[in-house]
Amino acid sequence: MDRILDVKNLRVSFHTYAGEIKAVRGVDFSLNRGETLAFVGESGCGKSVTVKSLMRLMEPPFAEIKEGSRIQYNGEDVLAMNKTRLREYRGSDVSMIFQDPMTSLNPTMTCGRQIEETLILHRKLKKAEARKQALRGLELVRIPDAEKCLDKYPHQLSGGMRQRVMIALALACKPSILIADEPTTALDVTIQAQIIDLLRELRDETRTAILLVTHDLGLVANFADRIQVMYAGQILERGTVSEIFHRAAHPYTWALLSSVPKLAKCAKQELYSLCGTPPDLLLPLNHCPFAARCEYCMQICKERMPEESVLSETHRCACWLQHPNAPHVKPFYEREVCRHD
Amino acid sequence: MTEPLMEVEHLCKYFPAGKKRLLKAVDDVSFSIYPGETLGLVGESGCGKTTCSRTLLRLYEPTSGSVRFKGREIVRQSSKELLAFKKDAQMIFQDPYSSLDPRMTIAEIVAEGMQVHMPASRQTIQKRVTELLAKVGLTEDYANRFAHELSGGQRQRVGIARALAVDPEFIVCDEPISALDVSIQAQIINLLLHLQREKGLTYLFISHDLSMVRHISDRVGIMYLGKLVELGNCEEIFEKPLHPYTKALIAAIPEADPDAGSQCRFRLEGEVPSPVNPPSGCRFRTRCAYADERCARELPQLQQIKPGRSVACHYWKTLQSDPDCKE
Repeated sequence: MDRILDVKNLRVSFHTYAGEIKAVRGVDFSLNRGETLAFVGESGCGKSVTVKSLMRLMEPPFAEIKEGSRIQYNGEDVLAMNKTRLREYRGSDVSMIFQDPMTSLNPTMTCGRQIEETLILHRKLKKAEARKQALRGLELVRIPDAEKCLDKYPHQLSGGMRQRVMIALALACKPSILIADEPTTALDVTIQAQIIDLLRELRDETRTAILLVTHDLGLVANFADRIQVMYAGQILERGTVSEIFHRAAHPYTWALLSSVPKLAKCAKQELYSLCGTPPDLLLPLNHCPFAARCEYCMQICKERMPEESVLSETHRCACWLQHPNAPHVKPFYEREVCRHD
Repeated sequence: MTEPLMEVEHLCKYFPAGKKRLLKAVDDVSFSIYPGETLGLVGESGCGKTTCSRTLLRLYEPTSGSVRFKGREIVRQSSKELLAFKKDAQMIFQDPYSSLDPRMTIAEIVAEGMQVHMPASRQTIQKRVTELLAKVGLTEDYANRFAHELSGGQRQRVGIARALAVDPEFIVCDEPISALDVSIQAQIINLLLHLQREKGLTYLFISHDLSMVRHISDRVGIMYLGKLVELGNCEEIFEKPLHPYTKALIAAIPEADPDAGSQCRFRLEGEVPSPVNPPSGCRFRTRCAYADERCARELPQLQQIKPGRSVACHYWKTLQSDPDCKE
């Protein structure tokens, strides 16, 4: 395995007037070359904060990456990088596509210049050469009439086109990791399908590893290799796509899976819905964060944090139900499936 | 068949787009809504779903066409005559953040409609407000709070309580869940289904989330650039779509099943053309794989092909037998 990113015990906090919000509470994971890893969870569960920390976009005074956190890129400590190295690292080693293509492009620069700028800064290209490369980049993301697009401003493009420009910009310096933070949430279904197809093709062509952040399980099912389910700043379950979709072990994953209407399912029946809201991240948490909303909550869930138990080489789950002494329960969505067959 | 609750005929809504040009947001749309059913309205953004629904409720003044509610024409009525209609037809808005007045308490927001439509003593209204909040799953403590103190899902519940306050028969749900989290979406959909069963409500459900539309609707209408391109029974539309656009839309849904196969055969190229300057003839022809000169020349009309099923395409019959475009 060719490991390029290794994150250990990542903890990120925000300092507010109300106190310290612990947004990410000890996250461990690693990423291999050319693989797609998806972070799934509700809003506010720390998905975006986790991936932004990888680019060191979570900096004081607003946020703090806590002591003891470790992020290693190809064996190099990201948290110890100096300014010059960090600038190089962002963009040429790791780059990012944001959720909203409206606000993440510079409105006062043409699309071409924004891409040229990165190339000139990172790859030290001459202006003419950079323009050629920028054109090639726009062609790579299948923008029709790329030559014209170089001289257009972002507001002249549609949402889907802007997202393509964002992708071209992110891939301009051939990074080895692409972070896609909800890349299709702001787009229409048909455009979303186009963008995902594009990302899949580019991944296979360039062997770029992709970190995908999303709340759309449908998107993950066909695109990712591995999934990590996050809740209240922790990873509750992780595994390959088929492990998560077919052999999910955590009640929260079950809830997520069954709140999505299946296309093949009969209509008008109740969807499973989770009651309550995620825990307040201001408060200390020394038990299972999901306990208050969990159907299978036991006494121990409210007292101690569950350890991650190993279900297979890739599949892990932090839940007391995995304890050998715990009662053996069947996920409720399986019950439902049986009822309809 | 029962009498339709609402009949829409040749409804048009044009907006001026400068230089004497018109943006035809809704162009000659006709359909009916029957009591107790949910009609889903689907399409990409900018296709006129929201404008259509707002014109139905006369939030926008229609350019031409007619809308009949329970047999009464509502297009050319004065605002006084409209009052009764507005009590019967309510709306839930897309964005729970901007559709609640930030300076009113939740109780005031819910009570406002009742004060206009069904005046009663303050105690009665207060009691009704508490009942309504309970019905949408909010406790009494929320009554005196402001909208900014609530989460998105809770706000959407307030929006639903406000719509229910005047005992309507018909509710337009304009993308009620698109601004919410997945698990909260399921809660709101369940609430809407539950209320429909309890009160026999009729919904016009607008969304771009096809799997949700399939889940909640009895019939579905597909819109493209201001035109209705296909209308029919929900199951039939999803099982056997006839219009090439419907097929493409359904093919674009990411399915939450890793075995479903990733590559679909029916991928839509390009984007929606500008509604100010739509293509001649069939509006979909610029993105349609089957378009020819006839599509550029003639605008296909929405034709009924069997009871309760209409489609606006010249070639739906030949496409049906084409093995390439079967789902």
